Amino acid sequence: MTGFLLRRLALLVLTAFCLTMVVFYLTNLPPQLEKIAKFEAGARISDDEVTSWLNNHGYGRPFLARYGEWLGVVPGWTGTDTQGGAMGYCITKGVDPAAAPHYCGVLQGDWGYSSVFKQPVSSILSTRLGLTGILMFWVMVVMVPTSLLMGVLAGMREGSRLDRTLSTVAITTTSTPEYVSGVVLIVLFASSTVGLSPHLFDWGWISDRTLFKGSASSAMDGITFQNFTLPVITIALYGIGYIARMTRASMAEVMTAQYIRTARLKGLSFREVVMRHALRNALIAPFTVIMLQFPWLLNGVVITETLFNYKGFGWTLVQAAGNNDVPLLLGCSVVAVFVVLVTQLLSDVGYAFLNPRIRIG
Amino acid sequence: MDTLTHFQVFTTLLIRFLPVWIAMIATFALSVTFRKRLGLYGKLFDSTVGMVGLGFVLFWVFTALFADQIAPFDVLAQISPMKNVTAGTIEPNGAGVYLLGGDHLGRDVFSRMVAGSRIVISIAPLATLFAFMVGITLGLPAGFWGGKLDAVLSFLANLVLAFPVILLFYLLVTPEVVQTGLPQRMAAVLFILPLVFAILLTNSRLYVKPQLRNLIVGAIVVIGGWTYLALVSEADSGINVLPAAIDLIHVPANLLIVFVSVVFVNAPTVFRIVRGLTLDIRTRDYVAAAQTRGERPWYIMLWEILPNARGPLIVDFCLRIGYTTILLGTLGFFGLGLSPESPDWGSTINAGRKLLTTAPLPAIVPALALMSLVLGLNLLADGLREESLRD
Repeated sequence: MTGFLLRRLALLVLTAFCLTMVVFYLTNLPPQLEKIAKFEAGARISDDEVTSWLNNHGYGRPFLARYGEWLGVVPGWTGTDTQGGAMGYCITKGVDPAAAPHYCGVLQGDWGYSSVFKQPVSSILSTRLGLTGILMFWVMVVMVPTSLLMGVLAGMREGSRLDRTLSTVAITTTSTPEYVSGVVLIVLFASSTVGLSPHLFDWGWISDRTLFKGSASSAMDGITFQNFTLPVITIALYGIGYIARMTRASMAEVMTAQYIRTARLKGLSFREVVMRHALRNALIAPFTVIMLQFPWLLNGVVITETLFNYKGFGWTLVQAAGNNDVPLLLGCSVVAVFVVLVTQLLSDVGYAFLNPRIRIG
Repeated sequence: MDTLTHFQVFTTLLIRFLPVWIAMIATFALSVTFRKRLGLYGKLFDSTVGMVGLGFVLFWVFTALFADQIAPFDVLAQISPMKNVTAGTIEPNGAGVYLLGGDHLGRDVFSRMVAGSRIVISIAPLATLFAFMVGITLGLPAGFWGGKLDAVLSFLANLVLAFPVILLFYLLVTPEVVQTGLPQRMAAVLFILPLVFAILLTNSRLYVKPQLRNLIVGAIVVIGGWTYLALVSEADSGINVLPAAIDLIHVPANLLIVFVSVVFVNAPTVFRIVRGLTLDIRTRDYVAAAQTRGERPWYIMLWEILPNARGPLIVDFCLRIGYTTILLGTLGFFGLGLSPESPDWGSTINAGRKLLTTAPLPAIVPALALMSLVLGLNLLADGLREESLRD
């Protein structure tokens, strides 16, 4: 077990290393560096001035050296600015250049400085991740019980009318990406001119113009039922169908097993068989599916936060990518890649714990 | 401005889709008549789910085919008094009716939705096909031989899969990346695999008939090679190998990068599925028998293992077209790749969502269109799975 964990952790670090290098490469292509130079030094500078500006600001170094600098294994660049003062990768304004450290990369805990938000990347990431964490918590609260219940009810009696109905619902939600369900939900529930809200308002059932809010920007200060329902449901919906289908398949398989027949034959009620014998084994597979669902949820989070203007991690990623904010984008990708890899690891380990037939060593 | 009633809008819509209905009825009638001879496709007509799914898919395929006859307006024609009008508004100068309303620039939502189907129907299946050929060409040897090759390829596949899709899109599908010629280089690597696949497929089959083999493999190398070079080579970009006179295929750089990135995202999953299936089938008796007969590895992989893995692969192919459709929509939703006035569904949803609460139609219509196509593909995959498991 320890050997397995160590091997997986080593693979995780290697993957993260490769992926950050790819991101670093793709965000530091010559046209992007030219854009940065023109953004910092003025849009009308000539090509020669761009080259000299890049060389003076440490962008001229070889790719691997610059990646090492970001990582914190190669000393940061130093140089002199137009007034003859010292400047460099590790030298911040107002700090004595002599006291600045030589190494200041991710390994030293320094994630760099965002050019869009004018804040250190680490502080942006921690606030934004907190906001997304709240969103994800509620998504899980809605998604997991609903989908498991749907899957168990459908798989309990395969081929019954309930099974067919629930399976149709599940397949419909898996066919509805977030940008479709979000748009449909906003029109249905959060528009003062169309959908349900105007009718409810006319009948005096709701005091506001709309049932739910189509924007979640107010949810960043305080969550209410009104401003948070739609984003949560939008993300949860796409996952519900998938997990429910997996649970149904797993449940249907368990229900045909020999020991279930034995339990039935010894006279247990159907309810008893499902609750005490079938459920425990049927819920092992969905556990893996739920863990592996996290990377998909990440996509959903980016789309939904953009659609509902909720300024969490996904929204930050879009801002960073859209404005070529390299340090922030690298920070976001490190977080995203770690979420994916850690959930994969957890799902493997958890599966082995839940299913005694699986041995890892 | 005068508007039609909802009922009139509905009937007019039905009439506009007339070519689609005729084509669908003809297809269904022919298929049901000859279903005994049509193999797995014929068996689809025994399952309600499969038939409903096929219905949705055929509807959109024929809509894409007859888009010019169905769409009453030009996709870019702007009629300014028709901005954000409701469904069924009659154009005052007698140009026609905006059946599903107008968007924020006064264009016909219905015509744009119909034209958008053509983009989706032409890109999604083709990109999925390419992803499959890449995944199969790499997955078969990885599963069959294992060892170092498998370890390296699996690591690379997991690397791509660990990338959040949207981050990858944002990194790849930007004007700056297109400028550097990276899409062409990726295309050069990805597009050569289908060519390799075709050559291996024919070469291993016809190895015992050298004359015929030389002829056919030669033809594939010449025609396929030319197509490959013409696709990849583009004037004023990183790769420009063919002279302009014979470089007849021009793919705009922004379309190429969309295509390449969608193939790139899908191929690793296909690779993993094919690899898993190969690992399983490799241990069967008929593979051992083929090895004893002295058949060569590629013949076993492509003509013994692959045909026996077709069931799960066909089902996944349907599901994956749906997923690719969703990915294309995601790209459009974030305004990546295709030009903003392009009528594809993702871009129109993105343009329409700004005025969602006052004028919902420009966003809702393409959203429901996209959903129905993906739903159709998922139902079709479900039906195929059910029917292929039956025997």
